[in-house]
Parts: sequence; structure tokens; C-alpha cells
Amino acid sequence: MNMMSDAAVEKALDKKMNDVSYKMIGKDVSVYYGDKRALYDVNLNVRENTVTALIGPSGCGKSTFLRCLNRMNDTIESAKVTGRITLDEEDIYDPAIDVVELRARVGMVFQKPNPFPKSIYENIAYGPRIHGLARNKAEMDQVVEASLQRAGLWNEAKDRLHESGTGLSGGQQQRLCIARAIAVSPEVILMDEPCSALDPIATAKVEELIHELRTNYTIVIVTHSMQQAARVSQRTAMFHLGHLVEEDDTDKMFTNPNDQRTQDYIMGRFG
Amino acid sequence: MSTSLILLIVALIGLAGYVLGARQARRLAAAALPKMHSRPGYYGSYVAVWAGLPALLILAVWLVASPIYVNSSIRDNFPEDLKAQTEAAQSLTFGTIGSVARGLTVLTPEEVAQAQANPGELRVLLGGKGVPLAGDPEPFMVSAAAELNAMNATSRLAMTIAVIAASVVGFFYAYRMIAPRFRARNKVEQVILASLITASCIAILTTVGIVASMLTEAIQFFQMVPAWEFFFGTVWDPRFAAAGATDSAGQFGLIPLLAGTLYIGFVAMVVAVPVGIFSAIYMAEYASPRMRSAVKPLLEVLAGIPTIVYGFFALTTVGPFLRDLSTQLNGIATGNYSNFIQAQSVITAGFVMGIMLIPYVSSLSDDIITAVPRALRDGSLGLGATRSETIKRVVLPAALPGIVGALLMTASRAIGETMIVVLAAGVAARMQINPFEPMTTVTVKIVSQLTGDLEFTSPQTLVAFALGITLFAITLCLNIYALYIVRKYREQYE
Repeated sequence: MNMMSDAAVEKALDKKMNDVSYKMIGKDVSVYYGDKRALYDVNLNVRENTVTALIGPSGCGKSTFLRCLNRMNDTIESAKVTGRITLDEEDIYDPAIDVVELRARVGMVFQKPNPFPKSIYENIAYGPRIHGLARNKAEMDQVVEASLQRAGLWNEAKDRLHESGTGLSGGQQQRLCIARAIAVSPEVILMDEPCSALDPIATAKVEELIHELRTNYTIVIVTHSMQQAARVSQRTAMFHLGHLVEEDDTDKMFTNPNDQRTQDYIMGRFG
Repeated sequence: MSTSLILLIVALIGLAGYVLGARQARRLAAAALPKMHSRPGYYGSYVAVWAGLPALLILAVWLVASPIYVNSSIRDNFPEDLKAQTEAAQSLTFGTIGSVARGLTVLTPEEVAQAQANPGELRVLLGGKGVPLAGDPEPFMVSAAAELNAMNATSRLAMTIAVIAASVVGFFYAYRMIAPRFRARNKVEQVILASLITASCIAILTTVGIVASMLTEAIQFFQMVPAWEFFFGTVWDPRFAAAGATDSAGQFGLIPLLAGTLYIGFVAMVVAVPVGIFSAIYMAEYASPRMRSAVKPLLEVLAGIPTIVYGFFALTTVGPFLRDLSTQLNGIATGNYSNFIQAQSVITAGFVMGIMLIPYVSSLSDDIITAVPRALRDGSLGLGATRSETIKRVVLPAALPGIVGALLMTASRAIGETMIVVLAAGVAARMQINPFEPMTTVTVKIVSQLTGDLEFTSPQTLVAFALGITLFAITLCLNIYALYIVRKYREQYE
């Protein structure tokens, strides 16, 4: 009886797993910087409307993998990517794919807040303007307001839309960068240690924001903070020395990881 | 003892001071318990500074002051009738005494005694020894010359003793100061600071000196020619300076020269700015590292070519080419084979000057564009912007203040440029707007007014200084304006 029920549960779980829709699928992804290999045959799938955290010690390849997802590695002269990454079943490294369009669908937020030296309004309007998402000023105003609202920056910024974006505090700047990424209506948002340059209060705000964004976007976040991974993500992937160690539900990863290395890293034995 | 020998001795004492001071410090450090404050080298340097610096200061002051003192005391002994004469005559006499004095040193004591007894023979006597004299010296001159020699010898001896004594005293003073508690490092740092300040003061004072010298000559010019005639005159016709005639009425109108300068500078910028900035964008944003490492040095070679060579290029290649081209074009268009571009013209000079300026524009702009943080580029690319959109909307606006500054500095180079325009622009000072005709510039006229045998009393030569100071004022204003713009934009973009 018990056995049966266990098997049933297992089966139910499997079925649930199979129902999961994957937004992005990485298969045998390897990255070389010149002669140096940074990533070894990583197989990692990103679930839709889920926050996936990539954790691991410095230099383990998690940022490299993140940057593969919107081909930001293309901007690095010596980088070479092999393997296959798909977005909604389309190979993003297919020569037929337009990298510009890809990056509009897979937005990115960087480690250090990097607002453009323009006004707050222009920072948000930048992406929509390039992609022609707003037909007139009124629509653009709407896009800007909606993006700032979603990034939880509207109340702080609405009276100073035309002041320089660089005049904001660090945390506000990072939320501005998130708003800027949202403004082009991406499907996936990549975040590369978005809170590493922020103080705890600003970090809390950004984390809260990530939590809310999950309903509309698929998010992949690289973080050095175990607590942050535990707080914001549903899935966690552990990298070590360029290998994907394991990937699982965040709850499971932090309570009962399969791999000893994950256990050690989470317990703070290395990293 | 000669000055260089004294210098050598002081240097040797200083070196000995360094070695002994450092050794003493090391010995103290090994023996005594209180730790030495500084490392041995600092104690050595301290001793060397004390052995060298005061002695060198004394030497310098002495070398300046001694001739002045000797000169005035010899002149005080001039006969009364000579003292009543003009300053020029007194100077001439003193010059003669100087050469007699130099002559006396080559004579034997008997000959000197003979010469003092009979000054009339001195000229022949000295002529035989290879020392020419301009005229027969008067008796008082010979005795004055002997006195001059005696004074100089005394002075030199005293100087030698004083300098070496100062060096030795400084050495012992500093050597005895060496002790664990003594802060030699701080003292040596102070000396270094002082010498750095002195060096920068020299640069500033030189600038002040240059401006002052130009200003005094220019003021002299403006006493002969009214300032408004110079600054607002539209005719440049300085005539020739006749010797002694200070009233020759030339016309010194700055406007035609200024117009030519600005016109040629404008043409040069029209050539240099687009080419320079586009090549900078290519180098900074698109070129592969290999391409960059090959092309950048090549561009810098272009910047290293002397401007006179560009002048040749304009004179022998570009000018004739443009002239022949215009002949052909005119012939094809109208059947009349006559050139409408002169070999020496605004367009020739401006074009070649523009080529000369390309490396400045591109190299400066390249540095500025490269300095725009990578984070900004990534941010833009991450939003799905193309490379050129990123450059146009993010990189260039961020780099703009620097680029504007670079362009204004380039413009001030164009205005001050001389050799190309001397060879390629022509010398005709006229005001017209046809770029195919020759015009001339301020710098060309400075060169032509200061070429040949000159006397610096006529407005024909002094006008060069007025032109020079005007040019200086213009480029100074341009540079100040460049700094102002850079600062203003920087505030906006930070």
C-alpha cells in the first residue's frame, strides 16, 4: 500500500516534470576563451516563469553560461561557444537568427548598475525607440511609466524623469536598469549578480522586484549569495570549475543536495 | 680653478657624502637598539644634498653677481670725462678693456710691464700674439684691464674656496646629524618636493617671459600704429622698412590675414574632422586587435611627419594636381582650357593641413572613445541595439565632451600652423571667398616680416610681435573655451 502510494507519487511527480515547459534549453554548451576552456558540456534547461539561480564559486562559469543565453559572449573577441542553446525551440546560435532580435527577447541586467548618461526617461525610452515599439510620444510615455511602475521606481522617479539617470542612488540605478530591460518587453531577463554593488536595503527591494517579475518573465540570475538564491529562486543550478554540478528545486538544493560539492559550497566550506 | 672643475669636486664630495652617510646609517642600524627612522639610502641622500645644494647655490649666485660687481667697480674708476659720455660709449670702452684684459693674460710679466709703460705698442704686441684689438688703448685702459684681471682672479679664488668650504661644511653638518631619531626620509622628501616645484615654476615663468617679451615689442608697435587701425584695418600693405625712416606709412590691417587664417583652418577642419572621427570610431569599435595594432602606429607616423614636409607635398604635388585638374575640368565643361584653381590656394593649403590634422583628431578621439566604460556598451547591446546604434546613441554622446575638446585643440593647431601655409597658401593678403584663390595667414606674415636683415625699431618688423600676440590670444581663448565646454558637458553626463 505504502509502496504503491510512493510509486504513485513518483509517477505523479514525473508527469508534473514532463508538463514543465522549458523556455530555454542548453545542450552540451561549452565555451572557450582563446585556448582556455571555461565551460564543459553544460546541459541546463530554464523553465518558463521561473527564477533560476546559478550559484557556484568565483570563476566557475556561471556568468559565462548566462552570457551565452543572449549571446553577449559575441562581444568578447576570443570567446567561442559550442553546443546548442534554444529559445522556444529555436537555436539561438543559428546563423539565421538575428542577434539584435534575440537580445530584445532575452534582456540583461548587469552586475554594476550601468544607466546611460541620459535622463531617466531617455534611459527607459532607449530600447523601445531602437525597436520601434512606440509610435508616438504618448505611447512612449506610457511605456516609460509602465516600465518604471513594474520596476517599482515610478514613485521615486516620476518627478525627475528628465534628470540624469546617473544621479540616482545605486539601488535606484539598478532598478532603472531593470526597468530599461523590461521596456523592450523581453521574454527572459538575465541578471548577472544584480545586487552585488548594492546595500542590504536596496538589495531587498531588488529581490522583491525579481519576485514580482516572475509572473510575467522567465528570469535567470547569477548570484554569490546563498541566501539570495534561496529567497528569490525556485530552481538552482550549481556550477563548479566549468561543470554543472547539479540542478534541482531550490528547496531541495538547500536542504538535501545530491552532490557533496553542493553541500560543501552551501555550508560555506569553499568558495 | 675652472667652474667645471669646481662642479666636479662638489659632485665628488656629494658622492662621498652619500656613500659615507649610508654606511654610517647602516652601522648605527646594526649597533644601536633604537631603530633607525629611515632606510640608509635616505641618510646618504641627506648628506649628499647638504654637501651639494648649498655649495651649488653659492656657485650660481657668485657666477651671476661677481661680473656685475667687477663691472661696476671698473666703471667707477673711469676718468670723469668718459663718465660724462653716453652709456653706449662707456659700454664700448668697457668692451675694449675686456679685450685688453684677455690680451694681457697671454703676455709675459716683462711684456706687461713694458705695455703699461708704453700703451701705444700694445696693439702691435697683442696682434703678434694673435689677439686683435679694435683700436689703440688709452693708458688708463691698460691699468684698468690689469685691475680687471686681478679682480677676476681674486673673485675666482674666493669663489672656489667658498664653494668647496660650503660643500665640506654641509657634508660634516649633515653627517653629524645622522642618528636613529633623525627623520632623514622626510627631509629628503622635502628636497624632492622643492625641486619639483622649481621645475614647474621654470615652465610657467618661461611662458610668462615669452608673453612679456612679445607684449613689450607689441606695445612699441602700437605706439607707432594705432590699435584700431591694426585690429580693424582691412588692408595689409606694410611697405618696406627704410633704414632710419620710422615714419613710413604702411597699412597694417589684421582682418585680411585673420580671414585667411580662419578660412584655411576651416577648410582643414572640414577635411580632418569627419575622416579623423570616422577612423577613430572604426579603430575603437570595429577594428580587430591585430588591425588596430597595425594601423594605429601608421597613423602616428603621419603625426610625426614634420610640417615642412607636408608643405613640400602641397607645393609640388597637391597644388599642381589641383591646378591641372581644374584646367581639364574647365576645358571639358567650357572648352576653355584655363585653370580656375591656383597652385597656391586656400583649398591646397587647407586640404594638406587637414591631412596633417587627421592623426591628431583620430588619435585623441580614439583614446576618448575607448575610455567610455564597457558597461555602457554592454548595457546598450544587451537591450538589442546594434553596434552602430550603440555608438551613435550611447558611446558618442558619452564621449562628446572629450571629442569637442580634442577638436578645439586641433583647431588651435590649425590656426598656429606655419610651414604648410607658408609654402602652399600664397602671400597675397586679400579678402575674398573663393577657396581656389591664394590667401595668406597671420603666421605667413610673421615669417615674411621677420625674414632678412632687420632693425627692431620699425613698425614693419614690430608688427610681427603684434600678430604673434594676437595669435596667442586667439589660441588661448580657444583652449579656455575647450576646457569650459568639456567641463559643462561632463557635468551633464556624470
